[in-house]
Amino acid sequence: MDTNAVYQSPSVDEIKTLLTEKFEGKVEVYKTETRRVYATLPRECVHDVCSYIHRNLTFEHISTVIGVDMVDYLQVVYQITNYYTGVMIELTTDIPNDDLHVTSISDIWVGGNWHERETYELFGIIFDGHPKLERLLTPDTYEFFPFRKSYKLRGQE
Amino acid sequence: MDMSLYPHAVAMSADEFMTWSSAMINDLLSAGTKKTVDKLTGPIWSWAMKNSMHPLHWGLACCALEMAAASAPRFDAERYGMIYRSSPRQTDILLVNGWISKKIRPEIRRLYEQIPNPKWVVAMGECAISGGPWYDSYNTVQGLDQIVPVDVYIPGCPARPDAMIDGFMLLQKKIDDYFRRGVFLED
Repeated sequence: MDTNAVYQSPSVDEIKTLLTEKFEGKVEVYKTETRRVYATLPRECVHDVCSYIHRNLTFEHISTVIGVDMVDYLQVVYQITNYYTGVMIELTTDIPNDDLHVTSISDIWVGGNWHERETYELFGIIFDGHPKLERLLTPDTYEFFPFRKSYKLRGQE
Repeated sequence: MDMSLYPHAVAMSADEFMTWSSAMINDLLSAGTKKTVDKLTGPIWSWAMKNSMHPLHWGLACCALEMAAASAPRFDAERYGMIYRSSPRQTDILLVNGWISKKIRPEIRRLYEQIPNPKWVVAMGECAISGGPWYDSYNTVQGLDQIVPVDVYIPGCPARPDAMIDGFMLLQKKIDDYFRRGVFLED
């Protein structure tokens, strides 16, 4: 398939083929379901893949950007949706505990701005290139990240 | 002497009135000027304040919908003189209805300080009482009474409008007690 063409409403199979051909050896589509595409990718090419999905696959909405604490490493999960076909692409990227950096995608989808701020305040993941990476709903004086596994409440062991 | 009916007319005969009035005058004169003024004006203040409770119109969370329902025609809390004002300087009751995130803590204290004396605080709903469902949360204050002194707690999740009206009737009694104690010109 022509990986540089613009597709208005690509199907799940087309998305799988396009992503694996365009980013060969980087993006791995490990599962597809009805209107769902699941893929993993290294964190260096998050911005490239996202701008390709935005421009060439015409996905216009970022549903969420969340973090996952896997104790040994952290994950950032992007869920990108298409309003017209209802297809959702889920991108998962691993980031090591000692270098919590990933490129911001808030210049591609402006809605990612607050998602990334929230992920920052809850997990401490730093999004490079974000215009205003500050705490969103917790006070600025907090020195911990409450959604990490290492953060304990009073009632927990 | 029973001063509870003082500003109102009391039906009594001329003899009874002579006894009552001379007893009252003796009582007042022996009590000192400040206490006399307090005793005379306390019931008036009480009557005025408890029948015109002005809570701060400040909906924090879902209990604010019950607050709105209490003002709506079915329950009509304005019967009790409850009129919501938007500025804390025009109110005398701080009605906190909802969870208190740690970021809004200084603003609640500031609103409380801005309300002119005498003032009362009502905690409505489980969240404002003790944190409720957000017990032990990283971002929720565990009860309003950790920030400001609270007069009346209205339980419920959310508190129904009739529970809220009941709480405000209790607050009316509290306002009444407060003024009958004579607090304006304490020695």
